[in-house]
Amino acid sequence: MRIFFKTWEGLLLIILCATVIANVLLVPEFLTLQNQINLFSLSIEKAIVALVMTYVIISAEIDLSVASVMGLAACVFGTLVAGGWNPALAIAVCLIVGAAAGAFNAFWVTYVGIPSLVGTLAMLIGFRGFARVLLEDRGINGFPDWFNGLARDPFLGPLPFSIVVFIVLLLLLGYVLHFTSFGRRVFVIGNNAEMSRYSGVRTARVKTTIYIMSGVISAMAGLLYAARLSSVRGDAAYGFELDIITMVLLGGVSIFGGKGSMLGVVLSILIVLNLRNGMSLVNIDGHRQTAVIGVLLIASVLVPNLIERVRVARSAPLKAQVN
Amino acid sequence: MMSLLQKVHPQNLRLIALAIVLLLLIMFFATQIDNYLSPRMLNRIATSAALFLPIAIGQALVVITRNVDLSVGSLVGFLAFFMGDMLGHYDLGPVLTVMAFLILGGCFGAINGALVSYGKVPSIIVTLGTLAIFRALLIEYSGSRTITTDSMPKWVADFPQLSVFTVGSFEVRLTVVLALAAALIFGVALSRLRSARKLYAVGSNPDAAVMAGINSQRVVFTAFVLSGMMAGLGGFMFLARFGNITVGAGLGFEFKSVSEIVVGGVNIFGGSGSMLGVVLGTVLVDTLENSLLRWQVISEFWRDALLGMLIIMAVAADTLMTRSFARLRAKKDV
Repeated sequence: MRIFFKTWEGLLLIILCATVIANVLLVPEFLTLQNQINLFSLSIEKAIVALVMTYVIISAEIDLSVASVMGLAACVFGTLVAGGWNPALAIAVCLIVGAAAGAFNAFWVTYVGIPSLVGTLAMLIGFRGFARVLLEDRGINGFPDWFNGLARDPFLGPLPFSIVVFIVLLLLLGYVLHFTSFGRRVFVIGNNAEMSRYSGVRTARVKTTIYIMSGVISAMAGLLYAARLSSVRGDAAYGFELDIITMVLLGGVSIFGGKGSMLGVVLSILIVLNLRNGMSLVNIDGHRQTAVIGVLLIASVLVPNLIERVRVARSAPLKAQVN
Repeated sequence: MMSLLQKVHPQNLRLIALAIVLLLLIMFFATQIDNYLSPRMLNRIATSAALFLPIAIGQALVVITRNVDLSVGSLVGFLAFFMGDMLGHYDLGPVLTVMAFLILGGCFGAINGALVSYGKVPSIIVTLGTLAIFRALLIEYSGSRTITTDSMPKWVADFPQLSVFTVGSFEVRLTVVLALAAALIFGVALSRLRSARKLYAVGSNPDAAVMAGINSQRVVFTAFVLSGMMAGLGGFMFLARFGNITVGAGLGFEFKSVSEIVVGGVNIFGGSGSMLGVVLGTVLVDTLENSLLRWQVISEFWRDALLGMLIIMAVAADTLMTRSFARLRAKKDV
């Protein structure tokens, strides 16, 4: 137990408890079930994508294009529905578009050898561009009621469909990452891609799988976003990539790959959501909330670094004696 | 032919290829858009590129040291708004205003630099954080006001129209000269000055740089301060060019500047890149953007889609070319 609190996840749990307690003290109605569900469904799309971004970053790559894929999928859906397609069929097409987008990213990163930071940055601009080409400056609404209700109406008990998707994906992706050989390969590639290739891991194939997963899940999140707002525009989900990456990095996943856990990411998602919700309840503006999360992101790496340095400085004379 | 190819350094070859692509692009649009090769169009592209060039230069300096500065967009927006507001109250005159922009930018850059080099936090995390923080600072400070040209001294609005000299009907604007001067200064420094070469040393192999006695922390810190200063210069250009500043000023400039330098051949993993490449990359991206806006065949909404494709093609060509040249050279050595 003591060891657990010295790990990253332990630290996150303490921060989470502090946030929740502070929120409850400030606003008594914070812990009601309805408020918790509201808090979750308002950022559920980002939380869903953060789960798969964990895979991408652990494999020492990055996917900056996720928010643009979300926007693209939402716009494709809007265009198809406005064109008289059956919504269920349109959803299937959107997921295929997401998979294609992921495969496209994977092609440049794994087969051509472009750094993922650059390749997915280009597609951040490119996929968003395609979304704009589809809708130009129009907005589309008038989706069927069952679609709009996906992110709002109770689906399983009090939980809306979007939260159920999040929980199912969390369990599935958490299990695959930590308890299957595929998950181990993701870690090995993140630690040393070259070495893992020499020891027989099909690096390109694993990375391609991860990027396709990222595309499909982003497309799904984009659809849930469209459902929550009951409308789509060319700038749907604009700028979400930063929040998503923040959630993952705050969860203790190393930006250099090879390190991290799904538990940490979930805790960090909960922290970010609770912080934002608590600040909203006491009337702190959205941009100030973003600033607080920015500070938290930097502090989450800076503070352990400083503590480590102090510890090393203290133990330095001792080391010298041993030598 | 083979021996000639082997003699030219791959990086120079890349620059030549980039210049050829730029020429082809201009020739293509000249056949598509009426009056494309007119001085007016040239001026328009040049002034647009002049705004982005300083930001790209700063970004390049940071990327060469194997870091990245994602906060430049927010910084440009904040500085433009803050100084625009200040100029409404106190008229500092052109020289002092530019100095103030540079100094303020440098201070914000120093925050990034200190956290990255002395706090040992990866630059992508620090600048992702300050991207949000600087933008929040702007929104907080603005209180949802908008700075307008009317509230500022008259010289600010006139500044973009100032010409240094005129060749025929083509006017060389002061902003263009300023941006090119910055590129020239850093270009010469990067190839001639020992202190500036340290940026490459740190970027290509940080451990070896430390072994060689380079204070890599200070080098990275300096790169971020310079990037902040260049964002300051970009902020000044932004203020002078647009006059009306809202809270959305400079949104997305961080991604644009990274794309420009990457197209210009700066290695995203540090250690290589030249100012000439940065200038070419910036001009190429801005030419494409401005031309697509006026191309009748496709709607303006295609701009970003094509831009993304262009960037990925440019980098792919670069990657493949470097790889095949490395192979060619290896063969020659045998």
